[in-house]
Amino acid sequence: MAVTLLRKVWDAHSVRRLANGQTQLFIGLHLIHEVTTPQAFDMLRARGLGVAMPDRTVATVDHIVPTLDQRRPFIDVMAEQMLSSLERNCREHRIRLLDLSSGHQGIVHVIGPELGLTQPGMTIACGDSHTSTHGAFGAVAFGIGTSQVRDVLASQCLAMDPLKVRRISVTGRLPRGVYAKDVILEIIRRLGVKGGAGFAYEYGGDTIERMSMDERMTICNMSIEGGARAGYVNPDKTTFDYLRGRMFAPQGDDFERATRWWTSMASDADAAYDDRVELDAAAIRPTVTWGINPGQSVAVDESLPSNADPEALAFMGFRAGQPVKGTRIDVAFVGSCTNARLSDLREAARIVSGQHVSPHVKALVVPGSQAVRAAAELEGLDRVFLDAGFEWRGAGCSMCLAMNPDRLEGREICASSSNRNFKGRQGSPTGRTLLMSPAMVAAAAIAGEVVDVREFQTMEVAVGR
Amino acid sequence: MAVERIREIRGTALPVRGDDIDTDRIIPARFLKSVSFEGLEEHLFEDDRLQFDAAGTGLHAASNPAFASARVMLVNANFGCGSSREHAPQAIRRRGIRAVVGQSFSEIFFGNCVVLGMPCPTAAAETLDALMTLVENDPATEVVVDLDAMRVSAGGRAYEVFLPNAARDAFLDGSWDATGLLLEDFDQVRAVAARLPYVTRFSS
Repeated sequence: MAVTLLRKVWDAHSVRRLANGQTQLFIGLHLIHEVTTPQAFDMLRARGLGVAMPDRTVATVDHIVPTLDQRRPFIDVMAEQMLSSLERNCREHRIRLLDLSSGHQGIVHVIGPELGLTQPGMTIACGDSHTSTHGAFGAVAFGIGTSQVRDVLASQCLAMDPLKVRRISVTGRLPRGVYAKDVILEIIRRLGVKGGAGFAYEYGGDTIERMSMDERMTICNMSIEGGARAGYVNPDKTTFDYLRGRMFAPQGDDFERATRWWTSMASDADAAYDDRVELDAAAIRPTVTWGINPGQSVAVDESLPSNADPEALAFMGFRAGQPVKGTRIDVAFVGSCTNARLSDLREAARIVSGQHVSPHVKALVVPGSQAVRAAAELEGLDRVFLDAGFEWRGAGCSMCLAMNPDRLEGREICASSSNRNFKGRQGSPTGRTLLMSPAMVAAAAIAGEVVDVREFQTMEVAVGR
Repeated sequence: MAVERIREIRGTALPVRGDDIDTDRIIPARFLKSVSFEGLEEHLFEDDRLQFDAAGTGLHAASNPAFASARVMLVNANFGCGSSREHAPQAIRRRGIRAVVGQSFSEIFFGNCVVLGMPCPTAAAETLDALMTLVENDPATEVVVDLDAMRVSAGGRAYEVFLPNAARDAFLDGSWDATGLLLEDFDQVRAVAARLPYVTRFSS
């Protein structure tokens, strides 16, 4: 019978059916970070349990690490305590920790893929909702809470309800200046922030098939913003080419065997889906959020809807029907697990090269990992950003969620390449976030206001590529 | 581990109106820097409360002493969306809430509540509006969430609620704390792992 990747992965990882109808699902890769785990380890201790398969868990630090001064001990006592706690727990339970001194540290959803830990056909769980990112490789990956982190540590399993699959097919050429970020913002705008409840999103169609792994990760990353706990792309040659030679990827003949298995896990051509949605790539425009959830967005050349949510308008200080273009910004942030990979930084650098950040704007670039930072520096991207007046920071989650010193102040407006524009998300309870692609953030930083990146495209300058 | 069966939650209710209330609003990220969940309840809805209370239109329900001893929370659609932080249901539970009735919940939040033994049944929008209005007018109103009958009753009326069978069974038979269940047959877990080519590193 023709089935989806979700079904194949689910069946391959199913331990048994529980009495209540849920599936006991084996978790192939468990990623952990400092924020959602200390309590999980404490719960294990309280119950006298150990870690069942320590080699199937990998840890890093991302949420609370400062991006400016990363010397230990951290100035923030609570951050230092949190990091020490992770170090102690990893030591005690023999879990691999990719810490600040490893050269491999970074946002958990950036380093998993770049180290080849993330592979097709796996089940992946992490105490972080953006775990959906890893679905870009054809893995079934989802966020969990701390008690479930405890369960995975204790048993390498989770009790899960089956998911339905919605096939989202994107076809045609994306216009210049339109990026993966715009595609996923458009999908969320179309289907709503809770439209994905109960579903995994399978992204396909020739637009997605032409995308790089970085772009696919941007799409899958924000599945959760559409209410879908997981999102994935079927593995193909792009996936395999990306993985070849990565540290934790299979090597030599094993890689060829792996490729055959990975290929076999892709959805069958005539698989049945619970729902189907189609999008025309050519019709997608650079997109900007204007409200307090990621579904409240418009194309950059559109105006805010006339029936815009009053609560969102009041919080943002915007009027229904006003254009989004021309909105003055205070901060520009290129970073986060959505858009802080090398290709994101390259696009942003292309826009700002030879230009300068508007005098009233504070602009920062926060690479997603130490490896991204090093690769960018090898290409000279750091110089491009610094010369343009951006700050060039160490790797971490930074201003996406402000659990570290990077945060908005007061009612500042931030053009942000991150994933959430919730009230208070970027650290100031009254701070305001406009989500957009890294290129749009870069253009806004230069102009000092929201602009249409398509009007910047003529000023391309080649940067060390 | 002690098995706690959950059949009925009875008490006054805390009405929190609004769709798409995300976990950043339930518990802002700056309160996640502690290595324990203790004291989180003090910061439940903190920024929403401060802004609401300052607006001069009365108190946010979570600031209102009339609702201080509530055991049931009433919410609207897509409650708990966003971040997977268990700190959100932990803060709610530590404030004394034992069940949340809403129009709909984000899946991760719902799952986090299940493993904490805090049922989140859903009900029609009109039901929530009726219940909220009732408790707003009289905060002393007793609300009873009955998972056996799948009903919420208050003010002399009963309303139908919904809970997926798996979650309902888990509460009723006390299997919502899944750790023990997942460890019951670890040989079977090992067997599944041994069949996965990536676990055996693709060596034939």
